[in-house]
Amino acid sequence: MSEHRIKNMTLNFGPQHPAAHGVLRLVLEMDGEVVERADPHVGLLHRGTEKLIESKTYLQAVPYFDRLDYVAPMNQEHAFALAVENLLGIEAPLRAQYIRVLFGEISRIGNHILGICSLILDVGAFTPFFWGFEEREMIFEFYERASGARMHAAYFRPGGVANDLPPDLLRDIGEWNKKFPKFIDNIEGLITENRIFKQRTVDIGPITPAEAFDWGFTGPMLRATGVAWDLRRNRPYEVYDELDFAIPVGTTGDCYERYLVRMAEMRESVKIIDQCLARMPDGPVKIPDSKISPPTRNEMKSSMEALIHHFKLHTEGYHVPAGETYTAIEAPKGEFGVYLVSDGSNKPYRCKIRTPGFAHLQALEYVSRGHLLADAVANLATMDIVFGEIDR
Amino acid sequence: MDQQALKELAAHLDATLGDYLQSSNIALGELTLEIRIEALERIIKFLRDDSACRFEMLIDICGVDYPEREPRFDVVYNLLSVSNNLRIRLKVGVEEEGAVPSVTALHSTAGWFEREVWDLFGIYFTDHPDLRRILTDYGFEGHPLRKDFPLTGYVEVRYDDDQKRVVQEPVSLTQEFRSFDFMSPWEGAEYILPGDDKTGETSGEGEGS
Repeated sequence: MSEHRIKNMTLNFGPQHPAAHGVLRLVLEMDGEVVERADPHVGLLHRGTEKLIESKTYLQAVPYFDRLDYVAPMNQEHAFALAVENLLGIEAPLRAQYIRVLFGEISRIGNHILGICSLILDVGAFTPFFWGFEEREMIFEFYERASGARMHAAYFRPGGVANDLPPDLLRDIGEWNKKFPKFIDNIEGLITENRIFKQRTVDIGPITPAEAFDWGFTGPMLRATGVAWDLRRNRPYEVYDELDFAIPVGTTGDCYERYLVRMAEMRESVKIIDQCLARMPDGPVKIPDSKISPPTRNEMKSSMEALIHHFKLHTEGYHVPAGETYTAIEAPKGEFGVYLVSDGSNKPYRCKIRTPGFAHLQALEYVSRGHLLADAVANLATMDIVFGEIDR
Repeated sequence: MDQQALKELAAHLDATLGDYLQSSNIALGELTLEIRIEALERIIKFLRDDSACRFEMLIDICGVDYPEREPRFDVVYNLLSVSNNLRIRLKVGVEEEGAVPSVTALHSTAGWFEREVWDLFGIYFTDHPDLRRILTDYGFEGHPLRKDFPLTGYVEVRYDDDQKRVVQEPVSLTQEFRSFDFMSPWEGAEYILPGDDKTGETSGEGEGS
């Protein structure tokens, strides 16, 4: 048989491809079906969030955080609210903290539903995607009832949450929360031991803890390698240190274990939601300092001072003492951090947003090299990439 | 407990790296070191490998622009130690024409973060394997997060149906960009109110507004 020289093929994956999870342009150099080099081109969804925040007051910056990782909006707000509270030296009231944790976990479930179901879709099973969207619809409904918006909630504000929860919402969340594990069971029954699914994910893109540290992996990506690192447990914020939940970890860090970790995390979130509902205290949902949280409509009708505060808060905003902080929370995708520099004025001097997906996507070449093209897709899906947060 | 650990760490670093540190302070429960640019790689390597530090994860690199200050930029490194459950922040000052040594050889994750700082601030990193723009568009000019870059940018793109391609045009705003000044004259407004400039002793200082 005569020898042939075969040239590597360069393949443009995206920016419009259903498995690219958004606007990813992935330039792949292929040797046959094997990935030799993967060069993700990001930034197609860059909106200049950090620049915009520099020209807005602290309160006006909140909605930008919904639009980062639009799959789990409230977790991002959480990081920003905590960062501003840290600089202001205030702490939200207990009820607000419980509400934030409650909605943080609801968002986490919503995020993992989408992450897992689109992974399953990418490797060939369609059905769970529809089941998942049904559940996500419920979550959006809770969002809407709490904040008035289905996705871009702007609900967590520095100093508390925007409004108290409407009556009966907690009861309905509790009812949904009782039924939700059935959904996890269904996915587990259909997928976890599924032969095709395991062929596509087991031993695909394995990583060791040392590699994960080197590449800055956080969240389920890190825990799948066997490192029990979760900011909710290791550096607890809000009321997480009073709650009882487990940190699921994997061993090999391959795609299958990332999937298993996310599935187990949903069960833990269900437990946390139960505890939040049981312990939810009464009381205010914003700190009583009227220099930071706006007055109620009712007060404004009768109190001149409340009217002045309202006007000042929504035009000038509050001034934040000069200083800097890096505040991070455990977002569903990993460590989401806000590095906030204040110069003492009413606008952030610099607001750097550290998103987990940015570090994860960077390692796509590393984990996919030598794998087949279809495995690169599985890697991409298990990294839970959302371009809103990567491109910012 | 966290505070105590940070204090011990600061003392340890002062004893071992003291010559390279410009300052170290703990504020809001976070340890910040200001370091000399020449020692950056050495310090990050030390922090990663020293058994008392073990900052094995580089969480973030970002730039901060202070146009009135010399040196103009800060490059900020946020490090995390999973083993000791500690965070630390390193700051290096960089001149506008200066360059920062890349730490990609120590932390692979630095690659994209440094590209981002280069893209948005125009701070050059030496020995970076692949220093391209990352977030902005292909063919973009300028460094958007510098304070002298306007919020609206300089160009806007649209698809031109006649030329059958995307064209770049200077930004045209249908309405003047409105940057309101809400600073209260009673609390720290630096300019002089219209009318006040006529009082004599302050004349020639303020520009009014």
